[in-house]
Amino acid sequence: MAETNSERKNVKQSGSPGVQQREREPDVVLRPPVDIYEDADGITLMADMPGVSRDRLTIEVDKDMLLVEGDARVDMPEGMEALYADVRSTRYRRSFTLSGELEAGQIDASLKDGVLSVRIPKRAKVRPRKIEVRGE
Amino acid sequence: MFAELTNFGGGLFDEFRRLQDEMEGLYGRWPLPAGIRSVARGTYPPINIGATTEQVDVYLFTAGLDPKTLDISLQQNLLTVSGERHAPVKEEANYYRKERFDGPFRRLITLPDDVDPDRVEAHYRDGVLEIHIKRREATRPRQIEVK
Repeated sequence: MAETNSERKNVKQSGSPGVQQREREPDVVLRPPVDIYEDADGITLMADMPGVSRDRLTIEVDKDMLLVEGDARVDMPEGMEALYADVRSTRYRRSFTLSGELEAGQIDASLKDGVLSVRIPKRAKVRPRKIEVRGE
Repeated sequence: MFAELTNFGGGLFDEFRRLQDEMEGLYGRWPLPAGIRSVARGTYPPINIGATTEQVDVYLFTAGLDPKTLDISLQQNLLTVSGERHAPVKEEANYYRKERFDGPFRRLITLPDDVDPDRVEAHYRDGVLEIHIKRREATRPRQIEVK
């Protein structure tokens, strides 16, 4: 009983109210649906990010982490009231870890009509090589 | 931007009801009636609907769509949008994830009663289809002068 009380106190004490509030603030992020496939030369990632234009999109590679972020912009008249909303945020974010055989420095990305495609090539030496079987 | 859209007026109750409906559906209690045209969560495409006193705006989040496949019609206050989204599977590739929608879609949306079916405009930009429908003037709030 006493222990529970002290635990509760600890929770209350940690952090100022401002910090707590910030933690509780809903930071809603949209997780864009993706297709990811691999072929002989590399991996392709396609992501649906409607409302994002090229200047509001960032793709970052930090060590083995690929981060895709975008801000959707939709022009709406002043004083608009929501009647219905499936989409509750304008911020898209999704990240992936890459593996060593991928050439992170050679990533190529393009955006068209809200569809992002990212191409991550494999290092040349790990591409599959056809092994010839010699006859006798 | 969508801060306004999360600031619900009447829509909150629908949303709450849908949530409750889903929860109760899971646990087998008698559910509250759902809107007859309400759809399951995750239905493609996601839509937002907003309104001002002058117009109703419908936003469909349809990335990578060929606008030529779109068919938009408005009968009184019932808006129908259908189209086709292509996200075909590449052959000879090994898929890890296939989350993007592929195929034809159709959504029916009930709008407020006072929309004017003759004044509709649609734009497609950055993967968002916007449909703007003007409301009839008679229903707009009018300033009344005190003499």
